[in-house]
Amino acid sequence: MSDLTHFTLLANATSVPWSDVPAWPVADFIDAIGAEITRGARLCSLFGVPEGDATQLVAVLAFDADSTLAIGRSTPLTGAFPSLTATHPQAHLFEREIWEQHGLTPEGHPWLKPVRRTHGGAPATGEFFRVDGGEIHEVAVGPVHAGIIEPGHFRFQCAGEEVLHLEIALGYQHRGIEEALVGGPHRTTLIQMETLAGDSSIAHATAHANLIEALTHIEPPLRAQWLRSIALELERLANHTGDLGALAGDVAFLPSSAACGKIRGDFLNLTAEICGNRFGRGLVRPGGCQHDLEPALAARLLERLITTLADSGQAIAWMWDAAAVRARFENVGTVFPAQASELGMVGPAARACGLVRDVRYDHPVGWHRFAQVPVTVWPDGDVFARARVRSLEIQRSGEFLCEQLGAPPESDLFEALDRPAPDTIAVALVEGWRGEVCHVALTDSVGCFRRYKITDPSFHNWIGLALSLRGTAISDFPICNKSFNLSYCGFDL
Amino acid sequence: MFVTDTLLHRLKRGCETMAYPKGPPPALPERHGGALKVDSGHCVVDCRTCVPACPTDAITRMEGLPVNLDLGRCVFCSACVQACPAQAITQTGDHQMAVTRREDLLLGNPGNEQVRLATALDEKLRKLFGRSLRLRQVSAGGCNACEADTNVLGTIGWDLSRFGIQFVASPRHADGLFVTGPVTHAMVLALQKTYDAVPDPKIVIATGVCAISGGPFAGHPQVNNGVAAILPVDLFIPGCPPHPLTILDGLLRMLGRLETKIGRIP
Repeated sequence: MSDLTHFTLLANATSVPWSDVPAWPVADFIDAIGAEITRGARLCSLFGVPEGDATQLVAVLAFDADSTLAIGRSTPLTGAFPSLTATHPQAHLFEREIWEQHGLTPEGHPWLKPVRRTHGGAPATGEFFRVDGGEIHEVAVGPVHAGIIEPGHFRFQCAGEEVLHLEIALGYQHRGIEEALVGGPHRTTLIQMETLAGDSSIAHATAHANLIEALTHIEPPLRAQWLRSIALELERLANHTGDLGALAGDVAFLPSSAACGKIRGDFLNLTAEICGNRFGRGLVRPGGCQHDLEPALAARLLERLITTLADSGQAIAWMWDAAAVRARFENVGTVFPAQASELGMVGPAARACGLVRDVRYDHPVGWHRFAQVPVTVWPDGDVFARARVRSLEIQRSGEFLCEQLGAPPESDLFEALDRPAPDTIAVALVEGWRGEVCHVALTDSVGCFRRYKITDPSFHNWIGLALSLRGTAISDFPICNKSFNLSYCGFDL
Repeated sequence: MFVTDTLLHRLKRGCETMAYPKGPPPALPERHGGALKVDSGHCVVDCRTCVPACPTDAITRMEGLPVNLDLGRCVFCSACVQACPAQAITQTGDHQMAVTRREDLLLGNPGNEQVRLATALDEKLRKLFGRSLRLRQVSAGGCNACEADTNVLGTIGWDLSRFGIQFVASPRHADGLFVTGPVTHAMVLALQKTYDAVPDPKIVIATGVCAISGGPFAGHPQVNNGVAAILPVDLFIPGCPPHPLTILDGLLRMLGRLETKIGRIP
């Protein structure tokens, strides 16, 4: 299908000269994106690039079945452009972001509001959608939540216990990361990538490293690719285990909750064995990896991994054995496959709606070209499905690691980098534990970043959480939320 | 059937809470460098190799003065340790690094080679909080790593509640705030309101390099370069993120429950 497109095609973690990217007048450009989405493409990113006083829009599309990405752009524009959201909802947040960042109005956008703009010590959230009626009450939660978690604001419209609508307002975590990247890469850039969404340090650092390598036209040594894939799966194991434990805790099933909390730490400690940091910071660097996994250490790691996997397998099995847990997860917080597909959801949340999409499988780069992790899918779209997908992914990531730790490739760990190529655009997708992490960089005439766009999987998926609450009891919000466990700072940047 | 199975499995796991602080602290990962130490006496005259090596500008060297490393700006990437030609900056492997005063994180001047660990709260506060401390956590731009490694303290391995320390949902029930993140402008109002809602006397703990100095986001127009710009801080816990052991050490030290420095377990 992708061979019929007028967009420029490229593979994951590669670059093309900016001049090779076709430019359409904006109305035609929006039509072209719409046409591609209609015939099966997915919108990975849509953003503006300043061009003098005007802005060019850039779209990155994915043809998953063809393992191909596609880029197109508009000619520079000011003022307004026709909104894509009305016909293709997956553009909704991207268009709000473009409106906020570049002052271009997406005409016909059904819910045009700020994304992260701050006003008076808080995000400028604007008006919330309200349901009127004598029986209706509104519940406002956050930004400071009841646990040790990041800030965000949730506004529920309820009839009794039942949630009719949930609107989520974020922006509290906005640290200005994209803005700071212009003119980079700077000395701090890599640290910022690792702290952009702290529980996805490896995923974001790998996406950034892949991007720089694509811009400098080098391939990192195989051993570094291998090591990155190991760290990425360890990150997935830790987070999935922790979230399953938290889900068990929220339905008062304490055996799994208590055990998984500890086992999550055991997985983090395995990452720390490789690089000293429990979140994998300091491991991935453009050009390779900073720490090696020597045979003795790999053997020790494998031994501990096998024990930890057995532990987590057991603790999670208790939960699945308990009818009380299953009954609480089934038919709660359902997102229908058609909704997930229309909204462009990614990661385990999308796979739990039966959508087969996984960057490791659809757009393999690095070590995933040689070693695959089977894609986990579950059809129902409810909390049960999301928990089930996570639980199966623990098994499959575990098997992948056990296999890979015993078969390291021999090579250097680092390849020296040149300057990034000038006037070039590169795209890197990585399947983090929440889903597709997308980094796009456009360089200027001297090879510095002219624009750097980050799309965390949470950017696609927050709306999925909001939809999952419709018709659900408000008391089930915690399990719906944990089953997604989306990132606030990854969204807010 | 299932209930007995579950109970049996649980029994088999036994007690998983660590012995620390009565027993030795859990071993840090081998590659965890711990707190840094700066012996500026080793520095080569006019050498500034480490200064540009630091990604977060934690190291400065003014002309004629000893090198200065601010552990409150450090992300513990060890780039300076590798860059230093004279082994003036070294890793101690020590998890203990929480301090009471911001300046106690500055390393380099003679006598200040290492951090000056936190002292206990005054007697009145110790009497109030020493055996029962309730904290309200506020993430103000935290990346979820500090948050995650604080949450870890609540798990069965660490069991923070055995010290009478607990994270609570309402600031009205709290004795203080435990803040992470550089304090984004978008969180200033919420942080201030949460602080105001905590009854007096109250304490504030800044956890992680972001909360101490803004960390990798210092200088961004969207952030406040740490909690101290908004609230008075009683304890600084460095790290990116701090190891759970470092956080626990800081809390216990502040409550006067760890009077002495614990030697490194070989």
